[in-house]
Amino acid sequence: MSATLIAESGNTKTVQVETNAINFGPQHPAAHGVLRLILEMDGEVVERADPHIGLLHRGTEKLIEYKSYIQALPYFDRLDYVSPMTQEHVFALATEKLLSIEAPLRAKWIRTLFSEITRVLNHLLNVTTYALDVGAITPSLWGFEEREKLLEFHEAASGARLHANYFRPGGVAKDLPAGLEEKIAAWAETFPAFIDDLETLLTGNRIWKQRTVDIGIFSAEQALAWGFSGPCLRASGVPWDLRRAQPYEMYSHVQFDIPVGRNGDCYDRYLMRMAEMRESVKIIKQCLAQMKPGPVKVQDRKFTPPSRGEMKRSMEALIHHFKLYTEGFHVPAGATYTAVETPKGELGVYLVADGTNRPYRCKIRATGFAHLQAIEAMSKRHMLADAVAIIGSLDIVFGEIDR
Amino acid sequence: MADETETSVVAAEPPPPTLADHLAALPGVTRAAADKGEMVIWAEAGSVESLMTTLRDDPRFACQQLMDLCGVDWPEREQRFDVVYNLLSVSLNHRLRVIVQTDAITPVPSVHTVWPAATWWEREAWDLFGIVFSGQPDLRRILTDYGFEGHPLRKDFPLTGYVEVCYDEDRKQVVYEPVKLTQDFRNFDFLSPWEAITSLPGDEKALAARAEAKP
Repeated sequence: MSATLIAESGNTKTVQVETNAINFGPQHPAAHGVLRLILEMDGEVVERADPHIGLLHRGTEKLIEYKSYIQALPYFDRLDYVSPMTQEHVFALATEKLLSIEAPLRAKWIRTLFSEITRVLNHLLNVTTYALDVGAITPSLWGFEEREKLLEFHEAASGARLHANYFRPGGVAKDLPAGLEEKIAAWAETFPAFIDDLETLLTGNRIWKQRTVDIGIFSAEQALAWGFSGPCLRASGVPWDLRRAQPYEMYSHVQFDIPVGRNGDCYDRYLMRMAEMRESVKIIKQCLAQMKPGPVKVQDRKFTPPSRGEMKRSMEALIHHFKLYTEGFHVPAGATYTAVETPKGELGVYLVADGTNRPYRCKIRATGFAHLQAIEAMSKRHMLADAVAIIGSLDIVFGEIDR
Repeated sequence: MADETETSVVAAEPPPPTLADHLAALPGVTRAAADKGEMVIWAEAGSVESLMTTLRDDPRFACQQLMDLCGVDWPEREQRFDVVYNLLSVSLNHRLRVIVQTDAITPVPSVHTVWPAATWWEREAWDLFGIVFSGQPDLRRILTDYGFEGHPLRKDFPLTGYVEVCYDEDRKQVVYEPVKLTQDFRNFDFLSPWEAITSLPGDEKALAARAEAKP
């Protein structure tokens, strides 16, 4: 901080303090993507933080307006590429609501199962890279190994590790391959021990606690006013989870606890995610126990394609397949705001249909958009290094924020 | 007999006011109705700020959170934009959707004083649609490029945009150039012609015959 003397009379000195503005990003490893954060610094203390976003803006909402509903779905994988299936989920649910169709029971169980696998996937990445940001390297090495196992489940189910395109309006793309359920069950037995190991690295770690405890405190009132959701809202002490409050799919048929924090600081946000991973494992086990064989998509051929075998033999099936993948289905005019509890918080889609085969408007309510906005309020009067911890604790992914 | 009179008395009483009735009675609200189980309120743009304050503070609605604010473009309408507010109450566990209409010039009062979260959503609506929010001190663009022109989510804005960026070897810098497409944008029309066309070209005689036959 440089201070220039303006006037001096007796014992009082008048000085003009100049702050320095620094560019944090757009290419900064701790910015979790392309965030250009302009920080006005008073020495090493953050006076003002002005995030410039949009560097990854791809015009997803505009593109979706020119695609049929089936073609629009894969764009959702590319939003929050860390938890792809939960992103598809919200669009599939919104489309189903406008079409007034409901996925069959097995499809709902599969969706619940993979939503929770995706939650572990997301939290593993966030917690470990967050630790990396504040100086701990080992968690990310461990976490990515575990993450790879989960991505193999994604691959086995959908054929793709990341951009799954698996949850479709009317069900899921295809049934789980033989043996996958047993593999997931075996993984679910070993995973809690991994979380224990991870916790020994971080939860009681002196350096980790020095960097996160009492940093970026947000009260419940603040968190609500700033539109927080998910672990960030619960860390501030608001017991709110869409899986419990407005249950969708099979969440009303499984037992799980919702961890709620007390302090609303960076450490609590970390604890929420660790506790949620344990709850997710519980849900995964219950899903596997309760799943029964059955159809995985709506049996109405106007909405879901026939099987390949059927297509080779039946003229009608061939026509249905052709119409579905060229024209798609027409959705009756109407509007809906549908939201699901993604690992990061509430992801909503405001979908307006005008009766054609394309969405008229598809607004994506990105979770991180609201979280990132609060960074100014959260990091004010914190040290520069704390701003990094705050960004890590908010779980920011630019694919969804910039859309 | 006594039972019968009692039931008739109960039936004559008006039903207790529903959430929609409470909402419709608020000043500035033109209509409130449930659509597919979602409560939708149509309101006048001028009264947004006071309406939102009521929806947040009144214990009947208690919407602590503004989850989303977005625009929708209907270019054929005189007031072409819908501004849609999606509110959430975590204490009462309900969602409300408030829709107001505006055009490209008339500003909508900003609600950033009610929920600070509104600032970025309003900036986004300004950036993508050109909806003006009065009282919003920070109405900068947010998602598009620095120096971008136009509002990309308007229906009259082409999908491909007007400019593209590339590296100019001679000038040694990144430059903007008009969009050049090697292939025309293929926009298929899937609306069934059989539902829209009532007369075939060259078939005027049949129409005239039909008109004559009518009286």
